[in-house]
Amino acid sequence: MTKFAGLSRQYWPTLVLFAFLLASWQAAVSFGGIREYLLPAPLSVWNALWHGDTSWGQHIWATTFEIIGAFVLAAGVGVALGVAIAWSPLLANALVPFLVFVNTLPKVAIAPLFLIWMGYGIFPNMLMGALIGFFPVVINTAVGLSQVEADMLDLGRVFSAPKWKIFVKIRIPNALPYILSALKITATAAVVGAIVGEFVASQRGLGYVIVTTQSSMNTSVAFASLIWISAVGLALYGAVVLAAHLWAPWAEGVD
Amino acid sequence: MQGCLFEGLLHPGADAQELTSNGHPTFRVSGVTSRLIDLDKVGMTYQAASSPVEALAGISMSVGAGEFVSLVGPSGCGKSTLLRIVAGLRPATAGTISVAGRRVTKPIDDIGMVFQAPILLKWRTILENVLLPAELAGKDAGALRGRALELLEMAELHGFADKLPRELSGGMQQRASLCRALLLDPPLLLMDEPFGALDAMTRDDLALELLRIWGELDLAREARKTVLFVTHSLPEAVFLSDRVVVMSPRPGRIAADLRIDLPRPRTVELRATEAFGRLNLEIFRTLTGRTVGATSS
Repeated sequence: MTKFAGLSRQYWPTLVLFAFLLASWQAAVSFGGIREYLLPAPLSVWNALWHGDTSWGQHIWATTFEIIGAFVLAAGVGVALGVAIAWSPLLANALVPFLVFVNTLPKVAIAPLFLIWMGYGIFPNMLMGALIGFFPVVINTAVGLSQVEADMLDLGRVFSAPKWKIFVKIRIPNALPYILSALKITATAAVVGAIVGEFVASQRGLGYVIVTTQSSMNTSVAFASLIWISAVGLALYGAVVLAAHLWAPWAEGVD
Repeated sequence: MQGCLFEGLLHPGADAQELTSNGHPTFRVSGVTSRLIDLDKVGMTYQAASSPVEALAGISMSVGAGEFVSLVGPSGCGKSTLLRIVAGLRPATAGTISVAGRRVTKPIDDIGMVFQAPILLKWRTILENVLLPAELAGKDAGALRGRALELLEMAELHGFADKLPRELSGGMQQRASLCRALLLDPPLLLMDEPFGALDAMTRDDLALELLRIWGELDLAREARKTVLFVTHSLPEAVFLSDRVVVMSPRPGRIAADLRIDLPRPRTVELRATEAFGRLNLEIFRTLTGRTVGATSS
């Protein structure tokens, strides 16, 4: 109860501003003569969000599935590459230039290639999201694994602890806050990737919905789709923040 | 009475009497205190960007078992490096080092190390941190839990076993790191400016605490741990030590090796005595190269 009171005290300015903007928007459309296909009124967006002839369920599901897949793929591959880089200088020398090269490629430009290679479907879009989101995980994992005090490593050497043990007991927990911090970026990047993938080639998904509204001029549906996308994105971001809170409470306030 | 309190703590499973004969037989020759650390013309030169830098030169000294020896010297004289060379963590480029009669060529495991920062693992409770050496050394941490708790109690941290390091003050964290160093009951403690980051009051407090834990009150000299203690603080070195080794600026050499014949157990009042002040002054003069009497002008 007091927590709720505290939250409402913190966020009431946001809520007031949001309500004010919505009201102005509605007023501008209702009384300002702005045409519906240019800027739909909040109320018609609201209607499109729940009713209308778009079957939201399958699109939300498709996009959510792509985003989660992209996120898991980026996290898994990113952590694995980060560990490889931190584990062996040889692997680091082999991998890092290549990874930097991949990261500098504009991923959007690769999307048409994915269409050629993999056709339509969920998987290429997943891969696009993973491709955009994996790099920060690699870097933060590698940095977090190596940011261990020299004295702590000396302590490990004194007790002749094997390398894997230093990794498991010291380096990996030390890297956890760094990894979780990168995953917050990945959560957002996965959404971008999935939507970009859908723009280029898809038959389902919230990005696909937006593309189809271009031809039908059904702008309120595009707005509704945007709201769904940000809802999915926020949910994933929130899950990562929650995971960071649960798994690395000692790092609170690091970022 | 304090003797009873702490007896056996530093050496679990044995009382002090037994230990002097059975504890670490390699370190004692009957009747004579043996030398635990032997340094013979130890030198250290490392390759800097432009030219080689000589950090240590011709360091020959030895430390007897159960002795408390401090290394003092100006910043950059290589005293911390020397400590790591003794531990086998850095290779010396000249001379020989032996600990307990064995040549040191790689890290030796029979030591406890305390650094300037407590370097406790942030995600582990204090108890789990104290147990870390057992895990790193592949020993059964569960079996040492009782000892870890005893050590924490001795360091007046018993209420904090399940707390995270960030919940403790700097002084308490440093005491926890001392407990960690003592967990496996090493005969040799290497301490690198362990109180250097603490405020003056905590510092003096911990110095007394360290002597108590070391067994000044209750253990026979041979049963005590050998301590090699690096510090910047001359009063700290005098207060704690049996001997103070003064090092010269780079390349670090031994400028003086002074016996501190102050009575043990050392007390707070000792700091106010003339003898204490005179020793401080003597070391200060050795360090700064000023001759006796030259300071008053």
